[in-house]
Amino acid sequence: MERKTVHKHIDIKGLVCPYTFVKSKLAIEGMEIGQVLEILLDSEEASNNIPKSMVDHGHTVLNVEKINDTDWLLLIRKEKE
Amino acid sequence: MEFTDDQVMRYSRHIILPEVGGKGQEKIAQAKVFIIGAGGLGCPVGFYLTAAGVGTIAMIDNDDVEMSNLQRQIAHRVDTIGMPKVESARNTFQALNPDVNIIALRQRISKHDILDLIKDYDVIVDGSDNFPTRYLVNDACVMARKPLVSGAILRFEGQVTTIIPGEGPCYRCLFEEPPPAGLVPSCQEAGVLGVLPGVIGGLQATEVLKIILQKGELLKGELLIYSALKTTFRKVKVPKNASCPVCGDTPTITELLDYDEDYCSLR
Ligand SMILES: [Zn+2]
Repeated sequence: MERKTVHKHIDIKGLVCPYTFVKSKLAIEGMEIGQVLEILLDSEEASNNIPKSMVDHGHTVLNVEKINDTDWLLLIRKEKE
Repeated sequence: MEFTDDQVMRYSRHIILPEVGGKGQEKIAQAKVFIIGAGGLGCPVGFYLTAAGVGTIAMIDNDDVEMSNLQRQIAHRVDTIGMPKVESARNTFQALNPDVNIIALRQRISKHDILDLIKDYDVIVDGSDNFPTRYLVNDACVMARKPLVSGAILRFEGQVTTIIPGEGPCYRCLFEEPPPAGLVPSCQEAGVLGVLPGVIGGLQATEVLKIILQKGELLKGELLIYSALKTTFRKVKVPKNASCPVCGDTPTITELLDYDEDYCSLR
């Protein structure tokens, strides 16, 4: 897969819902429109729910990837304030 | 603003709301709200705004806590009877949320100091229990151009309206003068269902947060009337009165007045 430019990376391993989304949302609020946020997490529930909520908030999910037995990597592009 | 881990957890249910978010929570944290009265309405308003993380909350009230307050004034306790209401409420609110700066003013608000007291605040909440104060607060907020969230309760009925000076009507557009003292319920008639101020104060706190967040539609130009017995909410449209003595085209009230204190208050 083509590697997208990542403007910000957060590691939310160990966090549970809803703090996984809260941390992701706070991170994306602090970024510029068009920038890409990379989220490293280890909660299967959050790997499903964060992309859904990000779409609800108007952002684009570029990639959801299971990178090993425990971890996922999400790429989200900020589309609006 | 960087939130601490505790703040991320405390405000998480705000932050996940699209209408609030971290930026909205920051607005709440920077807001300054001035509450008149630490009684039936002031208690729930102050309680919820403290929980919401409003940065600075001032409360003004001259009374001490009495046993008869505890049926509805939920910030006070048996062990604060005899203490100034503003101090009793400050203790409760500070224990709930140490982020909030609570300013307790134990004094009666008067025409001489109200403008100076409210000048640094973003939103004013009227939780007073008497007409002289209600009109004084209305006139002062119109003159100082401060948003005012006004509430009133009696027996099983309550009212709320939000006054945005320069945009919507004021309290005097609705009722030009306070009722004559003889028409105001006497102490024996002035009962109130204990939970009623919780409903009305909750609505007032909601209006305050919407003003701070600049989200949603305010009760501007509308009076919301709640009947606890009937379980109904009615909205009455209130037009701006061009001949209103305080906010009309040619105001006749250009300085603050003090009315007689000859009213029974719902102490
Ligand atoms: Zn008016």
